[in-house]
Amino acid sequence: MQDKVAGTDGDGLTKDDMERWHAILNAQGWLVPNWPKKFGGAEWNAVQRHIFEEEAAAANAPRIVPFGFGMLAPVLQKFGSKEQNDYWLPRMLNGDDWWCQGYSEPGAGSDLASLKTTAIKNEEGTHYIVNGQKTWTTLGQHANMIFCLVRTDKDVKQQEGISFLLIDMNTPGIEVRPIILLDGAHEVNEVWFTDVKVPVENLVGEENKGWTYAKYLLTHERTNIAGVGFSQAGLNTVKRLARAEMSNGKPLIKNPYFAARVAQVEIDLSAMSTTNLRIISKAAAGEAPGVEASMLKVKGTIIRQEINDLARRAAGAYAMPFASEAVEGSNAGLPDPLGAGPVAAKYFNNRKLSIFGGSNEIQRGIIAKVSMGG
Amino acid sequence: MNFDLTEERQMLQDTLRRFLRERYDTATRNQILDSATGMSAEIWEQLAELGVIGALFTEEQGGFGGKGFDIAVVFEELGRAGVVEPFLDTAVLAGGLVADLGNADQLAHVEDIIGGACQMAFAHGEPTSRYDLNRVQTSAKMDGDDIVLNGHKAVVVNAEAAHFLVVSARESGQPGEDAGISLFVVPADTKGVTIQGYALLAGGRAAEVMLDDVRLPASARLGKPGEAFAAIEARVAAANVAQCAETLGAMETATRLTKDYLMTRKQFGRPIGTFQALAHRMSDLLIELEQARSAVINAAGHLEAGRKPREINISAAKNLMGRAGRLVAEDSIQMHGGIAMTQEYELAHIAKRITMADHRFGDTDYHLERFIDFAAA
Repeated sequence: MQDKVAGTDGDGLTKDDMERWHAILNAQGWLVPNWPKKFGGAEWNAVQRHIFEEEAAAANAPRIVPFGFGMLAPVLQKFGSKEQNDYWLPRMLNGDDWWCQGYSEPGAGSDLASLKTTAIKNEEGTHYIVNGQKTWTTLGQHANMIFCLVRTDKDVKQQEGISFLLIDMNTPGIEVRPIILLDGAHEVNEVWFTDVKVPVENLVGEENKGWTYAKYLLTHERTNIAGVGFSQAGLNTVKRLARAEMSNGKPLIKNPYFAARVAQVEIDLSAMSTTNLRIISKAAAGEAPGVEASMLKVKGTIIRQEINDLARRAAGAYAMPFASEAVEGSNAGLPDPLGAGPVAAKYFNNRKLSIFGGSNEIQRGIIAKVSMGG
Repeated sequence: MNFDLTEERQMLQDTLRRFLRERYDTATRNQILDSATGMSAEIWEQLAELGVIGALFTEEQGGFGGKGFDIAVVFEELGRAGVVEPFLDTAVLAGGLVADLGNADQLAHVEDIIGGACQMAFAHGEPTSRYDLNRVQTSAKMDGDDIVLNGHKAVVVNAEAAHFLVVSARESGQPGEDAGISLFVVPADTKGVTIQGYALLAGGRAAEVMLDDVRLPASARLGKPGEAFAAIEARVAAANVAQCAETLGAMETATRLTKDYLMTRKQFGRPIGTFQALAHRMSDLLIELEQARSAVINAAGHLEAGRKPREINISAAKNLMGRAGRLVAEDSIQMHGGIAMTQEYELAHIAKRITMADHRFGDTDYHLERFIDFAAA
């Protein structure tokens, strides 16, 4: 599995690979380091979790698929019923369910609160009937469960008519359609709902309070957003390539123009990883993460994307072949004298980093609003 | 000063733009991308009929253009539509070298190229040459009356479709020296030529070309032995004009799509282009687009000049296009959001064309360094 992850952030991993890794970590008690002990977690603090993530990235370990463990679980633990926690959490740990996230819609991206997917209670009061469309559903093709934000009241302020529902993907009326990304990867999907019956027991917390839960979830999504481990691993790859690639008879790493680019990003990364530690230490001491999470998201993605840019630059003409970990068989027989792998595909794929999870523009808006008190 | 196109070039531009708008839409192009050959023989033929290839050669060579501005006009339109067919490789590079250096027999190929019947590829780069034009290791040795080639040519665009490869090889001297490099016209089916093809990320196909005791008659040599470097450099300059113009056309499409999207996509109850953060970024792209347009004019206008002014302007353009192109490709995607990450949306392909142009004939850093060297010389 290490080989599949090296230099690619694990884009070539199969569902089986990912489930196997979850099982390995679960056996060690490391699958859900963020969960409280009473739910079977390790209850590590932010510093401990950071150390684990750094080591895992450095060892080219797969990342944990976060939707269930890192995103839904904290919401259930804070807002869900005892029955929901007793049922869903053990299933998560056992790998019985694969969760995906139903947030974004075609018309509701940065403006998530404008979402239109409706959930209306039937006359008997036993089920919600869900209609609408979700999009950018990461790894939804593997999922059997989706947690969704749905509109349960149209007549109030947008944020006050949203509920948080757990939906079985095998219910009649659900259709998953693949979205192929510009590097050929199939990692996101559209999910369509037509008169989908969802038992009322699958409502999390109270009706019309979903926006509060979603915001709580987003603060969890933004931990490890700096991606220091990814950047460090990426920078190592860049240096390896630049030592192997020849330019004007010398290794590219000796070329002052290229070397300057590498040095610049290394300097930025070393400062950001200290910023990251400062913020993590505060969090470990119990301070709630504030605007700093947004700062790390912006700076972290800029650095990661710059490193992806350097990797494609280093490969020269050999960045041109259509290599992609994501497209099965596409790497077979391709020339790759540097062992660069799909560097250009990765560069394009990681343009997503500054778009998803609240785009960098949204993050800058948050930073400005909070810091200038607007 | 008058920067208008001549009447002939204006007509060519109009015709080409109309044809591509009608016949080369996103769905058609995406089908071509998925095809085994990575190009459309039908489109190739039709564009040849329209005179697209003839415009890339001078009258003496059998065409009706061939100057920097002719090349720029054609490729700006090809770039605007994201055309992946290998006009650059067949006509500007390999065909251009044959036209520049060929004897009467060899010049017959140019007629076939202009008519659309002949495909060619320029087999020059090698696994360790990166962007240096004189780092040729492939060897050409006389054996009686024959010439024997041995070597490995890297990422040869259009090699699989080519009827002939124009191959550079060293007859004397060391990699890194200008002197000693020759060119040979090699029929693709010559014994000892192995072509391992693959698709390219931004469309089209390339191949690794292995030359294993490839035996040729001396008549296969293009021009004088060991003296091909100057012609190669001049042709790569023409290719850079073509590629910069193509990138300019692609940048025009990227900015048009982005502008349209900013004015139609609504979030928070209003078009996202009304948010100043995005409006200002859009303005920056438009400023850089005009810089790019001027850089292409500078390069095209100096293509027929002496070596130093020509190469200074080529490297300046290539450096600027590398920077402006990256900004336009990345910011266009960013301002669109997720939709621009999807393969079926036009911008995805256009952004890949813009970005991957930086990987042929030298990237932005290579040309910065080269600009400094030429400026200091």
